[in-house]
Amino acid sequence: MTQANMEILPRGVQVALFLGLAALLAFPFAGTEFYTEMVTRMMIMAIFAMSLDLLQGVTGLVSLGHAAYFGLAGYALAFLTPQGEPVSLWWTLPVAVLGSGLAALIIGFFVVRTRGIYFIMVTMAFAQMVFFLFFDNKALGGSDGLYINFRPSAALFGWVPFELDGKRTLYYFTLAAMLLVYAFLRRLLWSPFGRALAGIRVNEHRMRAMGFYTFGYKLTAFTLAGGLAGLAGYLWGTQTGYINPELMGFQMSAHTIMMVVLGGMGNIAGAMVGAFTFEYLLHVFKDLPQVGSVNLGKHWQLWMGLFIVLLVTFAPRGLLGLAGRLGKRGMDKENQGE
Amino acid sequence: MDLANFFIQLLNSVQYGLLLFMLAAGLTLIFGIMGVVNLAHGSFYMLGAYLAWSLSALFGSLSLAIIGGAALSVLFGLALEWLLFRHFYERDHLDQVLLTFGLIYIFEELRSILWGDDVHGVPIPELLSASIPLTDNLSYPVYRLFMSGVCLALAAGLYFLISKTRLGMKIRAGAFNRDMAEALGVNIKLIHAVVFALGVGLAAVAGMVAAPVASVYPNMGSQVLIMCFVVVVIGGIGSVRGALIAALLVGLVDTFGKVLLPQVAGMLVYILMAAVLLYKPEGLFKQ
Repeated sequence: MTQANMEILPRGVQVALFLGLAALLAFPFAGTEFYTEMVTRMMIMAIFAMSLDLLQGVTGLVSLGHAAYFGLAGYALAFLTPQGEPVSLWWTLPVAVLGSGLAALIIGFFVVRTRGIYFIMVTMAFAQMVFFLFFDNKALGGSDGLYINFRPSAALFGWVPFELDGKRTLYYFTLAAMLLVYAFLRRLLWSPFGRALAGIRVNEHRMRAMGFYTFGYKLTAFTLAGGLAGLAGYLWGTQTGYINPELMGFQMSAHTIMMVVLGGMGNIAGAMVGAFTFEYLLHVFKDLPQVGSVNLGKHWQLWMGLFIVLLVTFAPRGLLGLAGRLGKRGMDKENQGE
Repeated sequence: MDLANFFIQLLNSVQYGLLLFMLAAGLTLIFGIMGVVNLAHGSFYMLGAYLAWSLSALFGSLSLAIIGGAALSVLFGLALEWLLFRHFYERDHLDQVLLTFGLIYIFEELRSILWGDDVHGVPIPELLSASIPLTDNLSYPVYRLFMSGVCLALAAGLYFLISKTRLGMKIRAGAFNRDMAEALGVNIKLIHAVVFALGVGLAAVAGMVAAPVASVYPNMGSQVLIMCFVVVVIGGIGSVRGALIAALLVGLVDTFGKVLLPQVAGMLVYILMAAVLLYKPEGLFKQ
């Protein structure tokens, strides 16, 4: 992966992120209920995309099966929630996240040995295996999936700090989770561990020659990313109250790769921006009007496909990359003027 | 399982394995020679199946449909290579993944606009619709033997082309060292276009001969693509021989798994893949 990663965010992007945060904080008071739910979903996808960026952008491992860990945590919530009452948030959330992390650890043991294109194919194949495990077994919900009748309860020894049943509380809970994940991954990016991962992206052979046990580093990153994807999956299950094998499928994984690339890889912020943009585009494409006898919205995949092909042909470094490049060009011109 | 039933399952495994090989061979050739990851390879299989459906209705004959469809899909492959893929040979794998993922979406929707979203059946030609009786109540359809025959003939043709002909020599030279081959006067651009069109044609023919048995339906491409990945990973990327052996292996495990262990059948081939990866992370026949 030779593409330059903008790991240090330009001042302009930092300002934009702060403005975005302010907008997110105020949103539930301005937007309708429908859009509040939509933004909640966007934030969940942002967590998911950031977890993938740890692999794809930071370490240079393109996983085409990341949705498996997302879906597994959702299933964990579905299995842990009893038929007639909510389950406690405080132990099911860690269990779901650890469960996804454990699955990633086991699968990672196999996939991390492979490299490049092999890694892409093998991650996809293992995710497909998990998909079929759930798809083929009636006991695990089968192709219809499972309903989660109650959102988890946040009650602690009779004290209820907040109710996830409320749309706004779930919104702010998700926002807090997203900010925590962002802060954690940004911190990780600049830790010795994160620098080693970036070193693996640039040249794994050299890292190994310098004495780094790269298998262990990559496996740790894979496990961590799986756990964080689990956090997103748990929130998804909480929000939608429904979980099915499609959430672990190939398309879901490919969408997430797309989000990370769209926003710009390797700086965690890009994944967040990409997730919001991608989900918004999906919404726009699905909402296109009827023109003559053709329902444009019904064929949203066509517009999405064209968009993807155009983007990858003309702007392979994503939106933040494009912004960065334009900004740099502006700066160069200023410098020339002096 | 008695002997006759075992024999039928064995024939089915070989037939499925050979079909997978036709697809995996194109996938692994396109990767091995051009270095392109093609997620849209399954779409070419789907294209073949839909062409078989349309053209056999038009001509009233499946064999004419297969010949016409093969020609059309090779032309389609050449156009696609010229328009898009040749710009991506030197690009990152990730860019190729995205490009071909976008193409899957475009092809699926074009399919939906052109052919609709219903499931279609393609009739088996009368000449091949008989069955060969094995025991009193078990028989084997002739059409499945015909499928295996077509796949075998194409596999043999592919082997001959790559290992015995002058063009095959150039293809191998280009895969081994692109710059050196070019310096020796091999027209690499032309070779790439030919190999790509060959891969598309093989996948489409696989879709066409499978259409009467597997029927024609949306998303048929992505299911088959994942199986192809498994085959390519097991066989070792870039190796046509590896793809053949892995495809037969996957055919066996999948077919017998469905009969003997239906509960976990969907997972068995992936378990096989995991086992191979543990033993050889680069596949059985990495070149």
